[in-house]
Amino acid sequence: MLDSFKLRPGIRWFGLAATMFATVAGAEQVNLYSARHYDVDQKIYDAFTEQTGIEVRVLEGSSDQLVQRIQREGIASPADVLITVDAGRLWRAEQAGVLQPVESEVLDQRIPEHLRHPQGLWFGFSQRMRLIYIDPENVDPEKVRTYEDLARPELEGKICIRSSNNIYNQSLVASMVEVHGVEGAEAWAEGLVDNLARQPQGGDTDQIRGVAAGECDVAVANHYYYLRLANSEDPDDRAVAEDVQVIFPNQDGRGVHVNIGGAGMVDNAPNRENAVRFLEYLSSDSAQELFARANYEYPVTEDVQRHEALAEWGDVKLDELGIDALGRNNPEAVRVADRAGWR
Amino acid sequence: MPNGSTIGTLLIAGLVTLPVLTVLGFVFVPSPEVWGHLVDTVLSDYVLNTLGLMLGVGTGTLAIGVGTAWLVVMCRFPGKRIFEWALLLPLAVPTYVIAYAYTDFLQFTGPVQTLLRELFEWGRDDYWFPNIRSLGGAIALMSLVLYPYVYLLTRAAFMEQSVCALEVGRSLGRGPLRLFSGVAVPLARPAIVGGVALALMETLNDFGAVQFFGVDTFTTGIYRTWFGMGEAAAAAQLAACLLVFVIVLLVLERWSRRNARFHHTTTRYRELPQYRLPPGRALLATAACATPILIGFVLPAALLLGMHIAEGDPQMGSRMAGYAWNSLKLAATTAVVAVSLAVVIGYGVRMNPGRVTGAAARVASVGYAIPGSVIAVGILIPLGWADQQINLFAREHFGVLPGLLLTGTMVALVYAYVVRFLAVSFNSVEASLSKITPNMDAASRTLGKTAARTLALVHLPVMRSSLLAAAILVFVDVMKELPATIILRPFDFDTLAVRAFDLASDERLAQASTSALSIVLVGIIPVILLSIAMRKSRPGSGTAG
Repeated sequence: MLDSFKLRPGIRWFGLAATMFATVAGAEQVNLYSARHYDVDQKIYDAFTEQTGIEVRVLEGSSDQLVQRIQREGIASPADVLITVDAGRLWRAEQAGVLQPVESEVLDQRIPEHLRHPQGLWFGFSQRMRLIYIDPENVDPEKVRTYEDLARPELEGKICIRSSNNIYNQSLVASMVEVHGVEGAEAWAEGLVDNLARQPQGGDTDQIRGVAAGECDVAVANHYYYLRLANSEDPDDRAVAEDVQVIFPNQDGRGVHVNIGGAGMVDNAPNRENAVRFLEYLSSDSAQELFARANYEYPVTEDVQRHEALAEWGDVKLDELGIDALGRNNPEAVRVADRAGWR
Repeated sequence: MPNGSTIGTLLIAGLVTLPVLTVLGFVFVPSPEVWGHLVDTVLSDYVLNTLGLMLGVGTGTLAIGVGTAWLVVMCRFPGKRIFEWALLLPLAVPTYVIAYAYTDFLQFTGPVQTLLRELFEWGRDDYWFPNIRSLGGAIALMSLVLYPYVYLLTRAAFMEQSVCALEVGRSLGRGPLRLFSGVAVPLARPAIVGGVALALMETLNDFGAVQFFGVDTFTTGIYRTWFGMGEAAAAAQLAACLLVFVIVLLVLERWSRRNARFHHTTTRYRELPQYRLPPGRALLATAACATPILIGFVLPAALLLGMHIAEGDPQMGSRMAGYAWNSLKLAATTAVVAVSLAVVIGYGVRMNPGRVTGAAARVASVGYAIPGSVIAVGILIPLGWADQQINLFAREHFGVLPGLLLTGTMVALVYAYVVRFLAVSFNSVEASLSKITPNMDAASRTLGKTAARTLALVHLPVMRSSLLAAAILVFVDVMKELPATIILRPFDFDTLAVRAFDLASDERLAQASTSALSIVLVGIIPVILLSIAMRKSRPGSGTAG
């Protein structure tokens, strides 16, 4: 026996090293590749570790970059769970083949059907509304009641919206493609581009600030950016929120365009059980409450209480268009935006 | 006789060139579909923006760098002594950090424009204000932090200029301006070109600022093509295009150095005659030197500090410490590796001076010109492949997956840093070695010491302070490095630079300020070192008589 060890020292060392790594991989942990980087995330991870004893390790980056990295890392990828902030990204991850189905009664039960993948490749864990904000002194709220209204000629030179490179806008266009077809969506995007107050730039918050500062009269941004301003410690931020009026679009029709933050188990996940436990944890009351509380996101489960700020808004009608439609229409949406000259 | 140090030198040169060769190798992999798309849509933007950026930053750094250098060397005006070193301060601010610092300040909703509107009761259509998120904005900000390269080299050239040439000019009746444009600048041309070339290399390397401003250049294109479209081959081909720009710069820089040796008519030094400026002009000179320092360093640092105090990183505690610790670990490791390798090469060249080692040493220090994104792409492809092979092999023979031993650890990242910053350490080591007379080697060898013992017992102790300086320079460069770090960082391993970039990409500039400010603070260290070195090397002072 000793002899055989002596004969092949290289293999022996390699075996030893491999066993060591195997032990490391066997430790209780779950590895997240996350495109979210909100402050609440860490709280959620900490709460999960406290509850289960499973250590959470994170790589943050843009969603495309993370998906590409998982593909590149191949069989050796440490990734267990991919977390993104948009349906279009979940769809791209699905298309890239980096996700595997999860069968979990807990998840199926707690998450409404239209907010998860039919085979369990991904699950939505928080909802965000894309809303319109106006300066009520310069724009008649009755004139801006739908997303379609953003293309009305009266709004020429009045709208602030960020670049179409942004996935939130791509998903909005994707929903227009679903409802109005490619040509209809393109005509709408052209109208919108004609109405821009300035070249698209900055993030969602910048658009809302633009309205308050008078740079434009109409802006489009996700709801939690507004609520962050409205509940900020900085009085200037609160003044920005006070200066604008929130419009919930399409309340007489299909409802507000909704997007999701979601997650799925990675194809080569080394810690499958922990990954499922983590996903289930995200749907639990405590995690849902953290999403709602700290980042003003809409919970996906019915029984969790919304943040007061959200509750104040009352029952908003949400568009229940299947999330996968947003992903499916994403490539078309990008081309529509390009052709319309939406930078 | 090929000995250890020669082999080492060749090996290091090989390792440094591997990423570049990988990238160039992809030129022959056809990817017509992606290229069709790129040509139709974005390629012309990449070319025009990259060229525009180079032209703009070249002009900007030239004007600021040469102008301030001339004033500081040739004129006497209030604050001159302070400006001599303070003009280097903007070097502490990486391009992406100055972009983060100014964006909020200058955009429509920021304090400057708001104040203007309130003061003059302007509406949005009543005035014009330059948009900071533009090619022009990128050019202005990059010029402000990159001009010190030109300043540093040009100042040294002006100071070394033989008084004779200037005196001849003067005696022929040239005024200060004509002297400047007719004699001093042409004589300093090699240094100026070298400085501008360095500034432009940094420009090509920048990823954070252009990405943030939405100015599409080759660097952002490489990133998007690979990580957005998943096209590694096309990304490598874009990287190869970028290399063409780099090669032009390298040739330019070499050419400028080649001419340098013809310039000194004498090595004898005499205090340069300085113009005492009349009060009005002196004030102008003071203002001219103060402006780039104020808007290239003081104001951005103050803005970041303000943002940090007002909001700052919400994860100030343990996670922030973790980012800092990761940055330190990477920077320290790289500094040690880069300096050690530089010693090996430097000693290899000293022991076996010849064409082969000389060429290898030059090749090994070429990485400084190559943008971090190109190096990252060139490293990720071969190491990623190796990782897959290791895992496939281990799974087959041992039934376990060892994980990503190269690309999933610090290895790939330190490799990339060493490729990029080896030149920094090598230049110091080479300069320091060349000051040790070969007689000492001979004496030590005669006394029966081996080459390795001679290095350890004779050279290294003498070179100690230079080695330390080299290590510090590499250390700080690594702390600031962004593009390669983003691409190659291991899992669960973020650094200060990555943290700043992440938060800024998410439009949370106020929170990014904490990391950005830390980077600037560390960046001041080499500025201090440089200014000390400047003082010591002042011709005519000290021992060299």
